Amino acid sequence: MKGNARSPVIVVFLKDVRSELRTRYALNALIMFVLTTLSIILFSIGSEDVSPDVLSGVLWIIIFFSSMSGLSRTFVSEEERGTVMTLQLLAKPLQIYYGKLLFNIFLMFLINILAVTLYVLFINSFTVRSYDVFALTIFLGTLGLASAATIIAAIIAKANSKGTLYPVLSFPILLPLMLTVINATRLAVNGATLLESVGEFQVLVSYIVVMVTVSYLVFDYVWKE
Amino acid sequence: MAAKVILAIWLTAIIVVAFIFPVVPAPEKWYEFPVIPGLEDRARILFFHVPMSWTAVVAFLISMSYGIRFLKTKSMDDDLKSVSSAGLGFLFCILATVTGSIWAKFNWGSFWNWDPRETSIFVLLLIYGAYFALRSSLDDAAKKATLSSVYAIIAGVTVPFFIFIMPRIMASLHPEPLVNTQGKVHMNPTMLVVFLSSLAGFTALYFWLLSLRVRAGRLIDGQLRRGD
Repeated sequence: MKGNARSPVIVVFLKDVRSELRTRYALNALIMFVLTTLSIILFSIGSEDVSPDVLSGVLWIIIFFSSMSGLSRTFVSEEERGTVMTLQLLAKPLQIYYGKLLFNIFLMFLINILAVTLYVLFINSFTVRSYDVFALTIFLGTLGLASAATIIAAIIAKANSKGTLYPVLSFPILLPLMLTVINATRLAVNGATLLESVGEFQVLVSYIVVMVTVSYLVFDYVWKE
Repeated sequence: MAAKVILAIWLTAIIVVAFIFPVVPAPEKWYEFPVIPGLEDRARILFFHVPMSWTAVVAFLISMSYGIRFLKTKSMDDDLKSVSSAGLGFLFCILATVTGSIWAKFNWGSFWNWDPRETSIFVLLLIYGAYFALRSSLDDAAKKATLSSVYAIIAGVTVPFFIFIMPRIMASLHPEPLVNTQGKVHMNPTMLVVFLSSLAGFTALYFWLLSLRVRAGRLIDGQLRRGD
């Protein structure tokens, strides 16, 4: 476009951010989802002393289901609004993919920071001893979750029954990530050092690399009619 | 015709042998199985459960490779092979999970323990289920084929991760030393022969069933196109 020196990836990303801020539909739903789930967990724990290992897993349940609620929106909204063809004309498939990946990463970071902060604040038995391990886990976990969830979102956007299909398709793909990230959180809670947890981080980084690479290779087939 | 009959006789022989050969503490005759401490007679599951799990994984890999071929050739025949293989893999996976679970009840006291091997076969079951859920939610045949091939590729790529992360997550109940370090090299020759024959038999069964499904699928496609 004339005078537009910005990369199409950034343009797609900013378009999604802007349209999301305009309606705030997904953001509100996600925030309410996190709050509701957290409240249910708080009610069910009550004043019980739940083991930190269990609480590590529960945190990622909240994060996983929030991502299942929110990350498909970026592709599904295009189908619903009928803007798919316009988008196909305006940018190359991979540029669209990276733009939407960036958007999902951005959305995931917002939601996860909210979820983690509230979780640490309100659940007393959950005390993190190694903050560096915890921060890195959340960071890499968010990236991994977004990268896998984006390509699956692109797939289900073309299907019927999108809402129910999304977690069904995503769960087997995300399971290696979930197991590793829950384990790493458990290590952070128990006070392991960065060096001791390096094995988990290796798995997380390789997962992110593999997911983005595979998505890069297959996205053309998903996107083009 | 002949291959079908040979396969039937082969598998019947395996089943008979697996149950008839006695388990003795110190095998002397060629037809005796050794006693494995802790397992004794229950070790016979080796001849059925392991080949089924193996076939389930092989079926998935073949389904994935035909999916990749479809993406290149766009031939619906490749998609037919992919989905036929996935269906068989699903069947073998269900059988492997159920037989393993029942055996686990007899051997370790509970039906399910989230042992790494159990978790992996369960994840394979989930992948198959998701694959068919995706296929049934798409109407257009070309889109169905393309998207399910893509999903098979993505799922196939996450499988290696399980091999690396499983051991660090939980200790295993599975008799890994039996099959891995002591298996291929130290397994009693009689057991080894029966096991490998069973493996070959189940794999041959899978390929035979696959050829049946593909041939039937082609006939149905031909009928639909002619408008019968």
